[in-house]
Amino acid sequence: MTKHTYSYYPGCSGQGTSMEYERSTRAVCEAVGINLDEIPDWSCCGSTPAHTVDHTLSAALSGRNLGLAAKQGHDCVLTPCPSCLTNLKTAGKHMAESETFKEKVNRLLDEPLETIPDTKSVLQVLFEDLGPDALAKKVARPLKGLKVVTYYGCILTRPPGLMDFDSEENPISMDKLMQAAGAEVLQFPLKTECCGASHGVARRDLVMRLSGKLLDMADSLGADAVVTACPLCQMNLDLRQGQVNSANNASYRLPIFYYTQLLGWALGLPDASLGLDKLCVDPRPALQSISANKEVA
Amino acid sequence: MRIGVFICHCGSNIEGTVDTAEVSRIARDYPEVAFATDTMYACSEPGQDGIIEAIGEHKLDGVVVASCTPRMHEATFRNTLERAGLNPYMFEMANIREHVSWIGKDREANTNKAADLVRMAVEKLRRNQPLIAKEFDINRRVLVIGGGVAGIQAALDCADAGLEVVMVERESTIGGKMAKLDKTFPTVDCSSCILGPRMVEIAQHPNITLYACSEVDGVSGYVGNFSVKIKKKARYVDWDKCTGCGECVEKCPSRKAPNTFDEKIGPGRAINIPFPQAIPKKATINAEYCIKLTKGKCGTCEKICPSNAIDFQQQDEIITEEVGAVVAATGYDLFDWTVYEEYGGGRYPDVITSLQYERLLSASGPTGGHVKRPSDGKEPKNVVFIQCVGSRDKSVGRPYCSGFCCMYTAKQAILTKDHIPDSTSYVFYMDIRAPGKLYDEFTRRAMEEYGAQYIRGRVAMVYPDGKGNMIVRGADTLMGRQVEVQADLVVLAVGVESAKNSPQLAEKLRISYDSYGFFMEGHPKLKPCETNTAGVYLAGACQGPKDIPASVAQGSAAASKVIGLFSKEKLKSDPQTANVDIKRCIGCGKCVLTCPFGAIKEVDFRGQPKAEVIETVCQGCGICSSTCPQGAIQLRHFTDNQILAEVEAICRF
Amino acid sequence: MPVLNGRELRIVGFLCNWCSYGGADTAGVARFDQPTDLRVIRVPCSGRIDPLFIAKAFMNGADGVLVSGCHPRDCHYAEGNYYARRRLEVFKQFISVLGIEPERFEYTWVSASEGQRWQEVVTKFTNQVHTLGPLAPIPEVALSQLAQTTGTDIREEA
Repeated sequence: MTKHTYSYYPGCSGQGTSMEYERSTRAVCEAVGINLDEIPDWSCCGSTPAHTVDHTLSAALSGRNLGLAAKQGHDCVLTPCPSCLTNLKTAGKHMAESETFKEKVNRLLDEPLETIPDTKSVLQVLFEDLGPDALAKKVARPLKGLKVVTYYGCILTRPPGLMDFDSEENPISMDKLMQAAGAEVLQFPLKTECCGASHGVARRDLVMRLSGKLLDMADSLGADAVVTACPLCQMNLDLRQGQVNSANNASYRLPIFYYTQLLGWALGLPDASLGLDKLCVDPRPALQSISANKEVA
Repeated sequence: MRIGVFICHCGSNIEGTVDTAEVSRIARDYPEVAFATDTMYACSEPGQDGIIEAIGEHKLDGVVVASCTPRMHEATFRNTLERAGLNPYMFEMANIREHVSWIGKDREANTNKAADLVRMAVEKLRRNQPLIAKEFDINRRVLVIGGGVAGIQAALDCADAGLEVVMVERESTIGGKMAKLDKTFPTVDCSSCILGPRMVEIAQHPNITLYACSEVDGVSGYVGNFSVKIKKKARYVDWDKCTGCGECVEKCPSRKAPNTFDEKIGPGRAINIPFPQAIPKKATINAEYCIKLTKGKCGTCEKICPSNAIDFQQQDEIITEEVGAVVAATGYDLFDWTVYEEYGGGRYPDVITSLQYERLLSASGPTGGHVKRPSDGKEPKNVVFIQCVGSRDKSVGRPYCSGFCCMYTAKQAILTKDHIPDSTSYVFYMDIRAPGKLYDEFTRRAMEEYGAQYIRGRVAMVYPDGKGNMIVRGADTLMGRQVEVQADLVVLAVGVESAKNSPQLAEKLRISYDSYGFFMEGHPKLKPCETNTAGVYLAGACQGPKDIPASVAQGSAAASKVIGLFSKEKLKSDPQTANVDIKRCIGCGKCVLTCPFGAIKEVDFRGQPKAEVIETVCQGCGICSSTCPQGAIQLRHFTDNQILAEVEAICRF
Repeated sequence: MPVLNGRELRIVGFLCNWCSYGGADTAGVARFDQPTDLRVIRVPCSGRIDPLFIAKAFMNGADGVLVSGCHPRDCHYAEGNYYARRRLEVFKQFISVLGIEPERFEYTWVSASEGQRWQEVVTKFTNQVHTLGPLAPIPEVALSQLAQTTGTDIREEA
């Protein structure tokens, strides 16, 4: 693979609740030769609140970041966060398709956006540029014996016309990468179900039910861990796992990894660069089982 | 020449956006126009009488009618001319409806354009010559392609009328989709009980020759005289010797072959007889799975066959049949539903198609008519039916309604209750489409008497609950809420698509097909079983989704068209054929090479080679005219001069 | 009758009877609105079209010429549209020699069922010709050059 440099948009949650995702993303990309050039002075994409209130405002927030990225001179912006990706893609697509909308957005920007760079998830680039075969060759510590389910969440591949990556109903990119890293990937029928997202604040009962269903399915399939690609999914399943347990009278102890953490681990990267200590449900038993399997083998 | 011009109002269809009186006024000034008028309906009886009257009164010897498309009424008005004693080919049409009044509302521009089109027709007519059709013999045999219920009906009707019929069937048995059905709606008749005797008739009818396991390889010729190449596919069994005893099937050790008749849910064999009532009831070897043919070992069937019918050396064979007409009745295929990832995309064994379910219900099916779900053989108690899978869904490129899925789903819900009295059926639907005799009453019975739970809404997701059952989640749009149903078995009402390779067959028959691969009828209302190629007719779902009664009706209709065609002593050829000007012809032979029909031969004229057109063979395409370097061969009524006169009529004035 | 001044240009269509003429009929039956500039000449097959018809149309003052036949493989006469495709493609390469913008000539395939497609084809082509405006008369030198290279002088015929 030739070394490719991308503009990089870490997203706000990467600075806080999901700093382990952000950190492990950078570590994995560096290890496999994907250069991430952080957008200077990037700002929040507005997340869900902005586009709920005003589409133009939401597009302007993303438009500012796209404009800064365009100045960096790379042809594509990467972000690990599906929510940020949705906002960046929506803004770019709507501005490209409608001159009037583009004008409205540009009126809010200090510097009008002319060329709109392409945007992709880090997952897409790892899957398409690097690919499972090349990844498998770089694996130093195969995740042998680790049974995982892959949980993509509801917006990483949807709506299909916008995200333009993988299947919107049955995505497989993360499955392939995890298999390349040596893990056993179980058929998870709820790959693209909603976890309840930010309703955790206002309607906790909803998240208890939806996330509870996901954990229940993962548990009944016999998974050792859940692999995610979205900060909010990860938070609902991990941070709120205790709440789910008490609400549903259950006792799950499923570690919820970011896929980059497990890839990093398989690549033999140091724990500190993967932020494994930031996970609420202790991942050590699961990871130790891999080591144990290795010794048996 | 004295030309009469008639501008049709077509009620308000033309008059609404074209000033027909103004057009006729303008036309009066065109060269050689002796008379011009507007008329309410040119094609009606008073309209035609008016034309005949005017011909007599004004001594007209040519007529232009400006009305609808010539593809609709050219023949009508030619007859009118003939009745008035004129040569029917001294006629031209200007299409001012489909090409003018219906495609824009600007009256001024439309009137102007209509006048232009009339001028073109007049200029062309001025250069027309009276033509006389030649007569030629008909080969009174008919080819029926496809042995489903539509083809069977067409073949039997033709054969009973005394015609010789050649039937070609791709599969190793006739019967089509209907033979796979357990029961039929809305009577819950046993499908094989009503179809079986018809299939036997095909086999026994002295006028019918059946080629099963065969395909049409090529078609040449024209109406009355087609020559058809039929590929008899290698079946590795000598059917003259095979008695259909089935011993080979029982002993065949290759058990991984798909059982296509049972829609791949039953056990298959490399050598197979599709079902007990198959016509012909002969064994066929699937070469892909036969151990002898793939690995050179085995040969069990050869050893045990009591009539020595196995022939591993058999090859495809091409035979030629001469016929005068063709009925295409190639049916349909089921939509490949695995594109629906939300229904599992084929990953879950207990999500099956409606036709697979039909095989589970059938007493001759793989489970002997006991409904057992594929995963564990358990009898399902909750059966969920999902309608419109591959119908009315733009996202999968199938925006059309398949027409009969609502009905067969209701039937299957009723049969489910009959088979498993303590079961409940749930039907997710968009709308119930049941227009047909006793159809709506039938769906009502499914709901009211058989307790089928109809839920109006689409299904968002089907997934296994991890405990052996499926969960079906969808919207209930009447209640405005989400519903989840636990299902033991999910049956998808899979929609209709055109049969595999339909476009390829259409190309061989030189008929048109639509963007979904369905064959195009001659006219959507008035020529539902004709095509635009003379002598080629359509029956059944190859033209568009159709249920059994409609397919049978169209089969009979196609047969009556063939019988009508063959009832004539001789056929008349279209005299608008190519014609050689022997003085200009230099005998280069280019036209002979390019003619797709072999209608031009080289003749010796006083020691010089010249081209000569065989008029009854010429189909009037005019390829020769644009090939000839001398302009010596001209297609009558589409001569260079006539086309250029039309060009000038638009551009010069 | 002259084209409506300032509103219409002269556009000539050559359509095969079986597919494209039928497609135009289908568009009409479905009431798909189209620009009024186009005048259709019906020919049995696109293989009947001599490129000189098109040259002649331009010479006589057409501002655009549109040819449409059956989709390749789907010709009513089995292979007529293959002959058409070869001739028309060569003609398209050649048209600028006459001093005519190649965008004034288009050939395409529309089947009898494709009413919507016909509407799109006509609308797009008409707009394309309107963008170029009326065609300036073809220079005499181009015509004599054409006569020399093809051996046919379209100024004399018809």
